[in-house]
Amino acid sequence: MPKLIKLVGEPSSTDFGAEWAEDAFVHVADEDAIPEGDVILSLARFQAEGEILLSNSRRVGVRIEADQEVEALAYDLARLSVVALAFPKYRDGRAYTSARLLRERLGFTGEVRAVGDVLQEQAGFMVRCGFDAFEPNDGATPEAWTKAAHRFRHVYQRAADNRQVAFEERAAFEERAV
Amino acid sequence: MYLYDPIDREFLTDRSNEFRHQVARRLAGELTEDQFKPLRLMNGLYLQLHAYMLRIAIPYGSLNARQARRLAWIARTYDKGYGHMTTRQNIQFNWIKLKDAPDILDALAEVDLHAIQTSGNCIRNVTADPYAGATAEEIDDPRVWSEILRQWSTLHPEFSFLPRKFKIAITGALTDRAAVKVHDIGLILRKGRDGQIGFEVIVGGGQGRTPYVGPTIKSFLPSEHLLSYVEAILRVYNRHGRRDNIYKARIKILVAALGAEEFARQVEEEWGKIDHARANLPASELARVRAAFAQTNFETLPAVSDAFEAARAASPALQRFVRNNVKPHKQPGYAIVEVSLKAIGQTPGDATAEQLDVVADLAERYSLDDLRVTHAQNLVLPHVKLDDLPAVHAALEAVGLATANIDLASDIIACPGLDYCALANARAIPIAQDIARKFADPDRAEKVGELKIKISGCINACGHHHVAHIGILGVDKKGEEFYQLSLGGSGAEDASIGKILGPGLSADKVAPAIDALVEAYLNIRAGEERFLDTYRRVGLEPFKEAVYAQAD
Repeated sequence: MPKLIKLVGEPSSTDFGAEWAEDAFVHVADEDAIPEGDVILSLARFQAEGEILLSNSRRVGVRIEADQEVEALAYDLARLSVVALAFPKYRDGRAYTSARLLRERLGFTGEVRAVGDVLQEQAGFMVRCGFDAFEPNDGATPEAWTKAAHRFRHVYQRAADNRQVAFEERAAFEERAV
Repeated sequence: MYLYDPIDREFLTDRSNEFRHQVARRLAGELTEDQFKPLRLMNGLYLQLHAYMLRIAIPYGSLNARQARRLAWIARTYDKGYGHMTTRQNIQFNWIKLKDAPDILDALAEVDLHAIQTSGNCIRNVTADPYAGATAEEIDDPRVWSEILRQWSTLHPEFSFLPRKFKIAITGALTDRAAVKVHDIGLILRKGRDGQIGFEVIVGGGQGRTPYVGPTIKSFLPSEHLLSYVEAILRVYNRHGRRDNIYKARIKILVAALGAEEFARQVEEEWGKIDHARANLPASELARVRAAFAQTNFETLPAVSDAFEAARAASPALQRFVRNNVKPHKQPGYAIVEVSLKAIGQTPGDATAEQLDVVADLAERYSLDDLRVTHAQNLVLPHVKLDDLPAVHAALEAVGLATANIDLASDIIACPGLDYCALANARAIPIAQDIARKFADPDRAEKVGELKIKISGCINACGHHHVAHIGILGVDKKGEEFYQLSLGGSGAEDASIGKILGPGLSADKVAPAIDALVEAYLNIRAGEERFLDTYRRVGLEPFKEAVYAQAD
């Protein structure tokens, strides 16, 4: 089972961290039977069987592939615990858009998990786009993950993490100076 | 000029530290070349035929003297004493050692320069009119918007892994010196009927193996909406651009496949869903950036300089230089001076450390500490007093930088080609040198007039051959270098893609063929017509005959 790293603390703050987490969820392949407990399903399987599963007392997550649109989940998000966004290759950046839309447009507050070719070099981008759980593909530890995500003291654009942007820092600085 | 504040500086320090750490891991063998490659590329470090090449961003082509001197120092200390200006207003050093790269980035950061996003499938360095802030034709200063886009796109968390690279160019003038119609996004500043500033937005132009003149998807975007609108374009592209085939991954392919109208509709739909108040810059930040470019230190001078007029009357060389390299300035008593990096027989776009130092001194002393790089691989001193033109000309002449050939046949754009580049099929530099020698006689070159010759050593078209009046593309035919000629392209406001003239020519036949094309043009041109205008009037046939009849 891949190890799971989760963010601890608010990504808008300067002191968020990351730690190993127990992963209660099982990724269920489309051809496999659905086991007991918390599961992460493909979008197609969720659309076919999700209603029944959600009525059991268990948590349900959906895996969205890079070429699928998160808007397909718009009406189900309130009942979902996890949306897992797939990186088929680290160079495939579609999941970054999906994560931002989940957080900023669709208001999803559950776990947004990065799965697939997930590398520590991308930690900063992922956190900024709203991911808060990671299945690293490069053996990264939570310490390495935290370090990578904190590499830059400043950011230049608004994103899902609600960090203070460079121009806001400047404005705040000038106000203090006055 | 925009000056970095402590926030910008700390950002560069963080970037530099990150890269130093990555290089150390590579040199210690903790990272394989495969794992390291994307990391070095994000810092502009390419592995070329003979060595590493470092491409340094020159945002919107703008440098101050201190920065230019630092580039000269890097050329001297870490390279073979020269640098190469690129067609995207950047500078490349071709002989870099991996172990030196972190020190070079530190040295750059000290003068507010970096190599961020000069490679990779991200938003590349934004380019702009090199006459920005100096030309009277300008509706608004494109540097303001370039800087805003530079900051916004820097390590953008959503748009750093696009299907392919992404290039934005901006002009504020009607004369297009930034090739905006052959960029992924081209922005032309426009004034609305009520005096409001906005942009004409062009998307999906490009060169490479599938050249397109980009269509306009919005004729007037009020300027304060720039960031939200660009975000909408990038988001549509990030989601729907092709990722299955590297050659079909640029946004131009998506725009062409959907059609400009449908693409525009999708962008508008996405734009409508964006929270504009969050996505756009607050007016205060816009004002801060704008103020950085407000040039307040022009002197009040008469429109005519007696000193300059006297010097000009006495010097035919100065007269020629002024005819070709000096352009009108918006401020009376000032001029824009183009510094050609195309001396006959030289490598187009190369500048030695000594030349960079001299130009830096001239910029500091005579051009309000401002220096520009053009996409045509030349330099510009944008704010020179007419009184100072003779001194500037003399100083340039002393270091071989007074070639009076801007936009003439010997002002050739050429990519590094097979002399350096790992992608090239053929050499570009020696071909450019051969052609330039045909036009070494300045009287002949001036008689021919504006003629834009551009050479690419492979189909990736870094030498802009598709948008040349005469384009030359190097191809490999069974191990031999051949060159395909095309006519009638333009990267300016009258943008068009050139048409292939006929079968490829061997290297030794290229310069004679150019000569034949020019002679044919001189025979049939009407009045003041440029080569391009004649071609557009008469078509390919007379030119085809001139080249291939001679070859038979």
